[in-house]
Amino acid sequence: MSEPLLELIGINKSFGPVHVLHDVDFTVRAGEVTALVGDNGAGKSTLVKCVAGIYPMDSGEVRFRGQPVTIHSPKEAANLGIEVVYQDLALADNLDVVQNMFLGRERGSRWLMDESSMEKAARETLASLSVRTVKSVRTPVAALSGGQRQTVAIAKAVLWDSKVVLLDEPTAALGVAQTRQVLDLVRRLAEQGLGVVLISHNMADVFEVADRISTLYLGRLVADLPVKETTHSQVVELITAGRSGDLGLARPEQVTL
Amino acid sequence: MTETPARAETPPSGNAISDFGIDTTSQSTGEAIRDYFARLRGGELGSLPALLGLAVLVMIFWALSDNFLTLNNTANLIAQGAGQIIIAMGLVFVLLLGEIDLSAGTASGVCASVMAMHYVEAGNLLGGMGTTVFWVFELGMLLAAFLALVMRIWAGAVFALVAFTMALLGVPPNAWLEMLLAVCVGAAIGCITGFMVSKIGMPSFVVTLALFITWQGVILQFIGQGGVFGIRTSQVLFNVANGNLSVLGSWLLCLIAGGGYAVVVLGEHFSRLRKGLVTKPTPIVVGRVAVVGAIAVIATILFTVNRSPNPDLVTIQGVPYVVPIILALLVIGTFTLNRTRYGRHIYAVGGNSEAARRAGINVSKIRASVFVVSSAAAAIGAIVYSSKAGSVDPQAGGLNTLLFAVGAAVIGGTSLFGGRGKVAHAVIGGLVLATVNNGLGLLNQPAAVVNIITGLVLLLAATVDALSRRRAAVASR
Repeated sequence: MSEPLLELIGINKSFGPVHVLHDVDFTVRAGEVTALVGDNGAGKSTLVKCVAGIYPMDSGEVRFRGQPVTIHSPKEAANLGIEVVYQDLALADNLDVVQNMFLGRERGSRWLMDESSMEKAARETLASLSVRTVKSVRTPVAALSGGQRQTVAIAKAVLWDSKVVLLDEPTAALGVAQTRQVLDLVRRLAEQGLGVVLISHNMADVFEVADRISTLYLGRLVADLPVKETTHSQVVELITAGRSGDLGLARPEQVTL
Repeated sequence: MTETPARAETPPSGNAISDFGIDTTSQSTGEAIRDYFARLRGGELGSLPALLGLAVLVMIFWALSDNFLTLNNTANLIAQGAGQIIIAMGLVFVLLLGEIDLSAGTASGVCASVMAMHYVEAGNLLGGMGTTVFWVFELGMLLAAFLALVMRIWAGAVFALVAFTMALLGVPPNAWLEMLLAVCVGAAIGCITGFMVSKIGMPSFVVTLALFITWQGVILQFIGQGGVFGIRTSQVLFNVANGNLSVLGSWLLCLIAGGGYAVVVLGEHFSRLRKGLVTKPTPIVVGRVAVVGAIAVIATILFTVNRSPNPDLVTIQGVPYVVPIILALLVIGTFTLNRTRYGRHIYAVGGNSEAARRAGINVSKIRASVFVVSSAAAAIGAIVYSSKAGSVDPQAGGLNTLLFAVGAAVIGGTSLFGGRGKVAHAVIGGLVLATVNNGLGLLNQPAAVVNIITGLVLLLAATVDALSRRRAAVASR
C-alpha cells in the first residue's frame, strides 16, 4: 500500500441543523483509484466540495502528504494540486480545446497570450493520456461528443501537475463506448501516480477501475475496503443499509447515538 | 512545400502525438478549400452572408442609380455609416456576454452634447449647464469613478476622474481635449451601467432601458428644447468625418495597414510552421495577404483621385479620416478579443459563465467592463456622427441610433445569445446598413421605404443566423 497522499480525519460538516458529514475519515493514495460510493444524500458531493474548498469544514483535520493543511478556497485546493472535475464539466462551448484547458491560467503576458506554447502543452497532455479521440486541439468544444468533453475536462484537471483528481460521476451521461474511453483514462491517471477519487453510482465501473472502495452512509464513512476483498453484494448492502455482515456500522443496539 | 494528405483517420503510430491527425500533418490547398466548403455546409457561415449581401446590394444600387458607385458617393457612404459602425463595435463586447446596452445610443448623445457645449461655451461648462446641473454632472463623474474603483476597473476610474477634472478646471476649448472629454464621459457612463448590471444584478435590458430614457432627458437638459450646438466652425471637429488624408498620408496609411497586415499574418504563419504547429496551407495564407494588399492599393489609388463633382473649382482627394479611425479601432478591438487574456475571458463568460467562474475569472468585473468599453466606443461614434452632421441637437444619438448599431452587429454575424462575434462583424454589418440607407436615398425613396427595406435586411440576417445555427447543431452531433 502506497503512502497516503491526502488524508481527511474526523471531518464534520453541518448545514444549519442538518448534520451532513459525521466524523468522516477518508484517504486518497497516490497511484490508486479510490471509489467513493453511497446513496443519494449520503454526503458524497458535500465531501468533495469540502476537499475542493467550496464549503468550509466545521471540524476535522486535512493532511496533504502527511502535513496538516487548511483548504479555505478553490484556489488553495488548486495550489496543493487538488483538482475536481464536476459532473457538469464546466467547459465553454464556444472555446476550443486548448482555450478551455488553459481557461483562467493562460500562458504568456496579460496583453499577449502565448498561443503556441499552450497549444503544444495541451497536445502533449492529451497525448500522455493516450487520448486518441480528439482530432484537433483547435476543435471547438461544441463540436465534441460527450465522452470527448469528459476527456477534455479530465485532461484540463491533469494539466496543472495535479496530485489528486476528484471525478464526480464521470460516466453518468455516457454511452458504452464512451464510458470505456473514460474508464481507461481514469486508470491511466492512477498509473501516472496521481491519487484519483471516483464518485460513481455504477457498480460495474467501480469494480472495474477502483483499487479501494469507500462507502458513505448517511454522512458516515462506514467502510474503506480493497476491491479485491469485496464483493458486489457487500458494497450494495453497505450503501443501502450501512453494514454488511461484520463490515460497516455496528448493530443498532450496540450504538449510542 | 511537401504536402502529406491528411485523412480523417490517421493510423496510430509509436509517437503518441500523431494521434492528433490534423494537428501535425499539413493540409494541401485543395483539401483546405474543400474543408472550408464542408464547414459552410455545416452551418459555420461567419460573415459570408453579410459580405454576399453587401455585394448584391452594391450591384443593385449600381444598376439603379448612376450616382451610387461614384468615388464621391463611396467616400460619403463610409463617412455616413462610420458613427454607427463605431457604436456597433463597442456593442459587440456587450453582445458577446449575451447582454444588451440599449443606452449606448443616448449615452453617445450625452457625450456629443458635452463635447459640443464645451466648444460652444468656450470651455465654460459651468456657464453652459447652469450651477445646479453642473454640480450634478460633477457628482455623477465622481460617483462613476468611485464605482469603478469598487469594481477595480482602474481605466474606468481614470477616465471618469479626467472628465471630472476637465470640467472643474474649465480647460480652454481645444478640439482634441473636447474629444478626450467626450470619451471620458462615455467611459464614466459605462462604469455606472456596469455597476448596476454586474454588482446590483439587475438585467441589463432593464438597466439600459431606464438609462436610455434618462440620458435622453440629460441631452435635452444640456442643449435645451429646440436648441442646437454648431461645431462646424471648429476645423478639427468638423474634419473628423468630413476631412481627408493628404495623398502622401493616404499612401502611408496603405503601407501601414496593408504592410502591417502582411507582417502580422505571415509572421504568425511562419512562426507556427517553425514550431511544428498546424497551419493553413501557405498558398492560401499568401493568397489572402495578396488580396488584402491589392484591395488596399486599389482603394488608395481610387481615393487619391480627385473626386470633386466640380474638379476645376474644388479638389477632394485622399482617404477620408474615418477610414483610419475605423481601421485602428478594428485592430485594437480584434487584438483585445483574440490575443489578450481579457478578450479570452469575455468569450469564456459569454460561452459559459459558470465555467469561467470556476476557472477563477472575475465574472462580475468582466461583465461590468464591457459596458465601459461599449459606452466609450459610443462616445467615439458620437464624435464622428456629430462631426458628419456639423452640429449636435437634442435628437443626437436618439431615435434608431442604438437599434441600427445592434442591427449592424447582428447582420455582420454576432450572436445576440453571447459567445459568438467579432469586432469585424460590426464593420461589415454597418456597411450593409449604410449602403441600404445611402442607396435608397439616392433613388429618392421616402423614409417609409428606407425603414421597411432596412428592417427586412435585418430580418433576413437574423433568419440566416438562425438557420445556420440549426444546421450547425445538427452537424455537430
